[in-house]
Amino acid sequence: MKILVCISNVPDTTTKIKLTADQSAVDLANVQWIINPWDELALTRALELKETSGGKIEKVTVMTVGTQSAEPTMRKALAIGADDAIRVNAEPQDAYFTAQQIAHALKDEHYDIILCGIESSDYNGSAMGNMLSEFMELPAVSSVSNIEIDGDQVKVNREIPGGYEVVEPELPFVAVVQKGIAKEPRIPSMRGIMMARRKPLKVVEPAEAEALTEFVRYEPPKPKAACKMVDADNVEELVELLHNEAKII
Amino acid sequence: MNFELTEEHQMIRETVRDFAEREIRPVAKELDEKAEFSLELTAKMGELGLFGMYLPEKYGGQGLDTLAYIIAVEELARVDGSQAATLAAHNSLGIGPLYYYGTEEQKMKYLPQLCTGKALWGFGLTEPNAGSDSRGTKTTAYPDGDDWVINGSKIFITNGSVDISVGSCVQTVTKTLDNGKKEFTTFIVEKGTPGFKRVSMHGKMMWRASDTAELYFDDCRVPKENLLGEIGQGSKIMLSTLDNGRLSIAAMGLGAAQGAFELALQYSQERKQFGKPISKFQVNAFKLADMAMKIEHARWFLYRTCWLKDNHKPFAKEAAMAKLYCSEVARDVANEAVQIHGGYGLMKDYDVERIFRDQRLLQIGEGTSEIQRLVISRHLGL
Repeated sequence: MKILVCISNVPDTTTKIKLTADQSAVDLANVQWIINPWDELALTRALELKETSGGKIEKVTVMTVGTQSAEPTMRKALAIGADDAIRVNAEPQDAYFTAQQIAHALKDEHYDIILCGIESSDYNGSAMGNMLSEFMELPAVSSVSNIEIDGDQVKVNREIPGGYEVVEPELPFVAVVQKGIAKEPRIPSMRGIMMARRKPLKVVEPAEAEALTEFVRYEPPKPKAACKMVDADNVEELVELLHNEAKII
Repeated sequence: MNFELTEEHQMIRETVRDFAEREIRPVAKELDEKAEFSLELTAKMGELGLFGMYLPEKYGGQGLDTLAYIIAVEELARVDGSQAATLAAHNSLGIGPLYYYGTEEQKMKYLPQLCTGKALWGFGLTEPNAGSDSRGTKTTAYPDGDDWVINGSKIFITNGSVDISVGSCVQTVTKTLDNGKKEFTTFIVEKGTPGFKRVSMHGKMMWRASDTAELYFDDCRVPKENLLGEIGQGSKIMLSTLDNGRLSIAAMGLGAAQGAFELALQYSQERKQFGKPISKFQVNAFKLADMAMKIEHARWFLYRTCWLKDNHKPFAKEAAMAKLYCSEVARDVANEAVQIHGGYGLMKDYDVERIFRDQRLLQIGEGTSEIQRLVISRHLGL
């Protein structure tokens, strides 16, 4: 059995987002890049499954669509414990584009379980995983909060209102994973970092693919307004402000 | 010249920073307050592969270079001096003499367990009356049959008394020559050897969650196989170990300065006085500018010194300079960081208070600032 984990290379979640002067793009200078947190948890679960499978899961592969600049993130995934990596050499444009690229690159590969984080922490599109299953003509389970392997059967918990349902999908399938899939991401060991250098990272040229999204302009959220202090005794002023300025009474 | 860190060095920095923030920061204050050594954190640092990280794989190490090790110490010290001290003292001073001077048999016997985080090793040089003057060593050893018999005591030995400390290298006087000079020899003394007593030291101002010990030798017998290096080579072994140790103390200074700077920067942007963040006052902005500049100087000088060592070039003078400079930068930056925090900087609730105490050792341990100046001036031919 083989597991593939799709990984998005995203800005560190503590990054202060700045826009370019013409607001046509996010200014990515000096940004620290990380493995998308959802994908990192997916990878953690994949490694846990491999370790407890008694050799049944032969490898965990990580995959991304990204330029050369995404390689440190892929090396980190290898340092954490993935066996090998595939990078489709293209700048990701939108979910539709990315899903096509992955589907194309996997045409001649076989993976039993394909894991995608529910969304990437930069654009939060929540679309790629299901689009990928469509392009690959595979079953997909979304809102996955746990995966267990029981003999030859894979059991998947799918979150539903008020609880979860257990699904036994046919292999191969795509799982779109979310909260609960793993407790916390792993920290690579020094040995893992050293070994990552020697693990294979295959670069695949992109296919012809179109994007369906056009980014027109970015707007930063409005800055929080300053807090206006009203003297405790001055109820009249408070009422006046709530009425005329905040317009809530 | 290339001043860019490799992808691996960057990953090591991110990894250790992540570890320090996730595992150490939440407990550092409490461990400091209780003066408690954490077996758990030590084991976790071991799992991460930080102990013996510069040793070849055959001895259980990771085969990493000096710079990788120094970055790891820097990142630990950015969050907590005590944990950084446990690691730095073990790697530089504990493992160092065994790795550089041990026989193959000794290395295979001791080093693998010392790379796990489940066993520590001490460096027995300092004595109550032999600090800066390490040649004032009074501990003696004399041969008796197939053994050596050690008598004397050591003080301020990091990682010397905690349960998982499995031994120490100990400098002794084995002879006084006719010209009055002493012959120094270093021995390996294992925990549990009859006559070897370890006493944990308390009441420290800094590094309170690290282990500091007094070692006592009372007719302590070690077999002749426990001789480290050659008879008469003791002082060279111990002093050359300190050259390496200086790099990790420098890294602790750099990390402490970085940690204090980040806290001060954040606080200055949050704290408002006279209607605006105090970072908007030039007096504070200039302080922060100076702090940032000093840290950059310290970092790149230290990294270059690591480069000298990794490229097998002489680095003893630079190691003394880096230790001196980084520890004084730590002092200056921690001092100003407390100043920026005002009254809150004096409170234990604020991490900057701990950094301010922890950095004070760095101008004293592993050669005082005065001794570093002496070493540097000797390299200048003075």
